Amino acid sequence: MKQAIKADAAADLIPDGASLLIGGFMGVGSPHRLIDALVAREARDLTVIANDTAMPGTGIGKLITSGCVSKVIASHIGLNPETQQKMISGEIDVDLVPQGTLVERIRAAGVGLGGILTPTGIGTLVEEGKQSITVDGKDYLLETPLAGDFALIAAHQADYVGNLEYSLTAHNFNPIMAMAGKTVIAEPHTIVPVGVISPDSVKTPGILIDHLLERAH
Amino acid sequence: MDAKEIIARRVAQEIQPETLVNLGIGLPSMVANFLPKDVHVFFQAENGVIGLGARPPEGMEDPDLTDAGGGFVTAVPGAASIDSAMSFGLIRGGHLDTTVLGGLQIDERGYLANWMIPGKMVPGMGGAMDLVAGAKQVIVSMVHTAKGKPKILHECNLPLTAQRRVSLIVTEMAVIEPVEDGLLLKETGPGVTVDDVISATEANLIIRGEVPSMQL
Repeated sequence: MKQAIKADAAADLIPDGASLLIGGFMGVGSPHRLIDALVAREARDLTVIANDTAMPGTGIGKLITSGCVSKVIASHIGLNPETQQKMISGEIDVDLVPQGTLVERIRAAGVGLGGILTPTGIGTLVEEGKQSITVDGKDYLLETPLAGDFALIAAHQADYVGNLEYSLTAHNFNPIMAMAGKTVIAEPHTIVPVGVISPDSVKTPGILIDHLLERAH
Repeated sequence: MDAKEIIARRVAQEIQPETLVNLGIGLPSMVANFLPKDVHVFFQAENGVIGLGARPPEGMEDPDLTDAGGGFVTAVPGAASIDSAMSFGLIRGGHLDTTVLGGLQIDERGYLANWMIPGKMVPGMGGAMDLVAGAKQVIVSMVHTAKGKPKILHECNLPLTAQRRVSLIVTEMAVIEPVEDGLLLKETGPGVTVDDVISATEANLIIRGEVPSMQL
């Protein structure tokens, strides 16, 4: 059983300079209370690994605006002009990764694989500096695992074991990232008694979760 | 009919019944409006839904249900929600029948560039590289020229999205199929002549006999 903690207590667990896997897609399915708490405690020098940096004022966009982030590894920053400006000014280092490659690199880290072979990016800028491997006559890029010091996971519902259930397109990177953080903090919308979530509905087993945020009020 | 509607209507004719289809943001998403009523397909949004539906009425939005552009959508009966690994597994694994994307440039090899303009616009490739590398059928839908300048070139000078010959290019002026030896002009747009297409295109076009006009 887990004791649910407050968002500011969770943010205090995360030191400056940490690398964070943060779930979400344009802010949908992002751990918003954890993000707000990181902004409030003026976290600095974070590396954010996420699909995107949302928009100014939303989700990960708040971390960008508040100067919490020194490096971003993402597939898309097109809807956040601040990330682009800070990339051009050199304030934030941005590494762009194709979306399917990004999720598989994170998955590889979480499931103990030494990398993945993908056809995505062959013959493009993404190939630069990477090893290409031919399997059965087809070329693939070797993409390496991508782990984080922390994974910040948003879920629809949790129980006090830490089992997580997700909602609709708020799944996105969350179930994958929950495997790949050294420390995993889950932010559920609601918490229900153990046994309420059917085993078949659990997408992230509670054994993966280190800290459980209290429910949203 | 404006250029975008011509393009969306023509692309809709390429969509086969009972397939899985991914429509890009903007112009490609308009294709859904012009599918014949008897053509049932599932639309995939790469952020995690198979069976994307129309925008919900005001006040009935679900904050956990959006498309890949972040806009509110609905899910049709029979829909499935999936995580990003499965979503891109479907795309790369040969389970996605058709992707319709926008384009900045396309060249005589049929190679697409659509994710960055160095020094000007670096939004990131998002899912585009996986979609072009992995979908069974890749349809590029775009206006034929940008501020009067051709977008269909001998060779792309913008960074490529993939080293893969796309299946079809649909503009308001032409339907073009990239083939082994170049770009085959298959149809012309409403009120457009073959000469009009040639003069608005930098790439060489292969013209075989009479070129029909789009039937919209």
